[in-house]
Parts: sequence; structure tokens; C-alpha cells
Amino acid sequence: MNPNNQKTMTYNEVFDELKNKKEGAFIPFVVAGDPDFETSIEIVKKFVESGADALEIGFPFSDPVADGPSVQTADIRALDSGMTTEKCFKFIERIREFTQIPIGLLVYYNLIYKKGIETFYKRASEAGVTGILAADLPIEEAGPAVEMADKYGVNQIFMVAQTTRNERIDEIAKHASGFLYVVAVMGVTGARSDIETSTVDLITRVKDRTDLPIAVGFGISKPEHVKDVIKSGSNGAIVASAIINIITANLDNKDNTLEEIGNFCSELKQSTKI
Amino acid sequence: MLEDGKFGKYGGIFVPELIIPALEELEEAFYKYKDDPEFNKELKFYLKEFAGRPTNLYFAENLSKKFGCKVYLKREDMLHTGAHKINNTLGQGLLAKYMGKTRLIAETGAGQHGIATAVVGALFSLPSEIYMGSEDVERQKMNVFRMELSGGKVIPVETGSKTLKDAINEAFRDWITNVEDTHYLIGSTMGPHPYPTMVKHFQSVIGEEARRQIMEKEGKLPDAVIACVGGGSNAMGIFSGFAADDEVELIGVEGGGDGTETPRTGATLCKGTEGILHGSLSFVLQNEDGQINEAHSVSAGLDYPGVGPEHAHFKVTGRANYVAVTDKEALRGFELLSKYEGIIPALESSHAVGYAEKYAAMEENKGKTIIINLSGRGDKDMFIVAKEMGVEV
Repeated sequence: MNPNNQKTMTYNEVFDELKNKKEGAFIPFVVAGDPDFETSIEIVKKFVESGADALEIGFPFSDPVADGPSVQTADIRALDSGMTTEKCFKFIERIREFTQIPIGLLVYYNLIYKKGIETFYKRASEAGVTGILAADLPIEEAGPAVEMADKYGVNQIFMVAQTTRNERIDEIAKHASGFLYVVAVMGVTGARSDIETSTVDLITRVKDRTDLPIAVGFGISKPEHVKDVIKSGSNGAIVASAIINIITANLDNKDNTLEEIGNFCSELKQSTKI
Repeated sequence: MLEDGKFGKYGGIFVPELIIPALEELEEAFYKYKDDPEFNKELKFYLKEFAGRPTNLYFAENLSKKFGCKVYLKREDMLHTGAHKINNTLGQGLLAKYMGKTRLIAETGAGQHGIATAVVGALFSLPSEIYMGSEDVERQKMNVFRMELSGGKVIPVETGSKTLKDAINEAFRDWITNVEDTHYLIGSTMGPHPYPTMVKHFQSVIGEEARRQIMEKEGKLPDAVIACVGGGSNAMGIFSGFAADDEVELIGVEGGGDGTETPRTGATLCKGTEGILHGSLSFVLQNEDGQINEAHSVSAGLDYPGVGPEHAHFKVTGRANYVAVTDKEALRGFELLSKYEGIIPALESSHAVGYAEKYAAMEENKGKTIIINLSGRGDKDMFIVAKEMGVEV
């Protein structure tokens, strides 16, 4: 259960407040239980201390087709450390003990389907989850999930990609709430060197068609990337693989992991101020 | 999408948003060309001249005597590259060409689909890259070499269980990244819509021929059609010819591994539960959280924790029965067919032979007419079988 029973913040509240301050949202990602339950809790604490405006939490899955090697490795580490879906929800409850910023889940649909769609959304809502994105659930199949999201007051988040046609963006926006997850690159998750001009074009295209806030993810791995996408009109920037790479590089040194993540995230947050 | 790709409740389109436009494009092209006279004329030409269709429906006299049944073998093992996989790769390869795609990617387990993709790549001048679990690369070295000889680039996959399921994950990731110029040539009746429907379409030639041939030879339909099921393409190919004939019993034989009561099994329909893997809702070998289990079978082609969604539909509606035979029983099927008929079957197809013996031994099945779909030949499996038999080669 959401332990403090404090009111959690909605995506709208966060994005509106930041807009007034002329800032974008910095949204870091970690896989629940990577490299182990307690360390990943401390990583999330670092996120919050460094100024994270919202959180993306991955539930580990054995076959993450939309993810590149960084997230796959993190998923395997988390599963090997004994994470289960119920432990992932306990993980969310622990986060709610120290922050009320929005928490988005990044999952694969089989984890939802196997638990029972209603059971999963009910439990997510109780734990204090704000939004759920299922990486392999396009709008064609999302009816039952959207229904449960509405019933339990959770935002259903969808992805929009460079290959997504305008009419389809409109269709997706109709189903979505919270924000639209704009996929920056053609490809899977993973750190990259540059932001492509096509990403900027996509941000403009999506902004022209919907009032929903947007956050850009996939390949956002440097302060410059964050600055670029916020400047281009994105409400937020999601950083995943670059953070996981820090965990991977410091597996035998937890203090280093936390220090490096803290420094990196502070820098990323600074870059959201334009 | 034009259709939802559902078989009853199973199937569908469970993929990341990035792939959706590619599936839309593929679906549109498939529906456009599948009834196009030019396309079909060309496909028919290659099926006949390149692949060697039609394949015979061979009356296995010696095995029939031994079993006490009339046993016919649909000889897909006689096709170019040694298995039924070429029916589908010719169809999809030609479709990719019509769509203007310039690169093929594929996953492979045993290597048969990889070879069938590589040779079609050579035939149509399309470069091909084949994802293959590193464990499969190890146990199917000969096939890796064959793919490379035909110009296929084999990419060993080191993630997860390092078998077919992980090769599929990697192929999807490649497709997500290179969706505009690349066609992902899925080798079985699985994956998101339109693949299960499309692969069945290209494999349905097996069932059409078999139905016509058995009517010519016997003047009546068979009592049963038996085929092995991994992803399920050879089975769906032959079943499709008889699905509307309610009196024909359809039997799918899964890779039981050490036995369905053990964790080392590939029997997805017999032992699995409903779930979503690789783009469609079907049966899956998984734990209570929905994490996918590793499958096990002596045959790399049946070593897969998912199964095509139409088979799930056939299972729950009772149109087909699904059974499993163990590695040991499959090896017995392998030896039986080799010894009695001089036909060395693929380990996958050996499962169908192994079950046919059990089927024929049941009192109520004495004297029945059965067709076994001999989906592939056993050349690729020589080293594995020798090892299992304790023979040094």
C-alpha cells in the first residue's frame, strides 16, 4: 500500500509546474532490483536527490524485444537477484516512502496478462504507480488495459515513433493519458552519440497534433541530448541505458555506482533548464 | 491494420510501436499479391523448378506392415535444402522482392529455415543475415557452413538461453532498427499478424497436394494426419488441407524432451499456459509471473517455448489433438524409419514417426490410414544422433 497515504503528484501537475519555471522534466530509469533490491532503492533515492521530476521503473522481463543490450543485461541481473512481479510492486511501495513524484512503469505485456489485467492494475494503483507503458502493447490490443487503467486511476502511456503516421499519432493520443513517450531513434533502447534531426522533426510533428505532454526516450544519454530535446519542445527527457551502463561498470563497487549516478543525474537535471 | 489477425482469441499484434508500420505494409502487400496471377505464376515456377514440388505422397509399405496401419509419408524431406521451410522462404522472399526490400533477416533454430532463407537470398539477389542462438550454432555447425556458402551471414546470439527464442528476439531488434529496407522472414506460423496467416498460406501447398494425392491413391480421406509442432508451420501447412474435413483426425506432436513431467521439455501446447511471446497470444512455457522458460528438445527445431496461435485455437476448439513424445521416443522413430524404409528423417519429423507408432499400437486405430508429414531429412542431425547412440563418426 502507498505507505504515507500522501497524495502523489500527477504528470500534469509536474509538467505544468516545470513549464512555468521554463524547465523540462528529467526522468531517469532503473530496472527494479538491478543489481539487487536494496541497491536499486538507493539508486532511486539518488535520482530523487539529484532533482528527478518523475521516475521510470522497469519490471524485468526474460525476453525484452524492444530493448538493447544495456537494459537486457539489467533485466537479467534483476531476475537473477530474485525479483518477481510482487517484489517489483513492493519496490514501488518503498519508493513511495520517500517521494511523491510520478512513477511510470515500463513493462512487457505478458507480465500484465499473466497476473490478470485487472489484478495487475489494481495492485499497481495500490502501490502508488502513476502510469504504465507496456512496450509491446500497441493501441490495437490495448482496449482491456486502457479500461483497467481508467478504472484504477492509472495513466496508460503509449509510444510514438518516427515511423508513426500522423493519423496514427491522433489515434494513439486518443487512447493515451499522462504523456506520450516519443521514441527518439529508429531502434531499440541504448546509449547513442547524437540526437538526430529526425527526432526534432518528430517532436514538432507530435506537438502539433496533441496537447498531451511528451517525453523523449531511447538513446538520450548525454546532457546535450537532454538540452536538445527540451529545447525542441519536449516536456521531458527519459534516460535509461546510460544510467544502466554506470551500474554495469561498477558492479563490485556500490559507492562508486551511487556517486557516479548522483553526479550524472545532477548534470542531466541542470540540462533541462533552458 | 486491415485485420486483427485473431484465431478465436489467439494471435494478434503484440509488438512495439516502431514495427507497426512495417506490419501494415507487409499485410497490405501480402493481401495484394497472394491472389495476384503474376506473383503466383512466378512463385509456382520457383516451387516447381527450384524447390522440386510437388513432393510425393509415399506409401511406406514396410512400416505399414510393422505398424498394422496404412502409413503414407508426405515427402517434404525431398525438397531442395531438405525441409518444408523452402515453401515459405520462396513465398516471402518473392514478396520481399515485390515490395522492393533490399535485405532479408531471419531467425533459425535447427538451421533449416536459415538455409532456406540464405538460398532464397542467393536466388533473388537479396543479402541475408541469419540470427542463430550460439548453442544452436554449436550443435548445427554443418548448417552454419551451408548458410555461409549460400551467402548468408550467420550472427550467433549470446543472450538468454542462446537458442531459437533468443534468435527471434535479436531478429526483432534488428527489424526495429532497419525496418525500412529490411524484410524479416519469419520461419514459422508464429509472430504478430500477418505472419501466422501468411506462413500458413505459403505452407498450405503441402496440405493441398497431400489431400489430392491421398484421394488419388486411396479414393478416400485419411483417418489421421500426424505432424511435428515446434512453431507449427509444417503441421499447419498439412492440416490446412484437411481442416474442413471433420472426419480427419489432426495430431500435432511436440518435442517432449526428457518428458512433459520434467522441466526439460519443449511441449508448449501440452504443458504451457496462455501468454504473449514474440507478437502473439498463444500458449507459452512460462512461470507464474509470465517470465518465459527455456525449452528443451533433442531437436533444435522443436526447442521453442512458444507455438503458433492457430494451433492454440485448434487445441482449445478440439479441432486438433496435441501430444508430446520424448527425445528417446523420437530417436526410436528416427531409427525405425531409417531401418524399415531407408529414409532418414530429421529429428523434428522423427517425433511424428515416433508418435505414429504409439498411435498405431492403440487397439481402436488398427488398420487405419495415416499420413505422416515428413517435414525434413536427417542429414543435419547425423552427429547428434550418432552421439545419442554412442557411435563415433
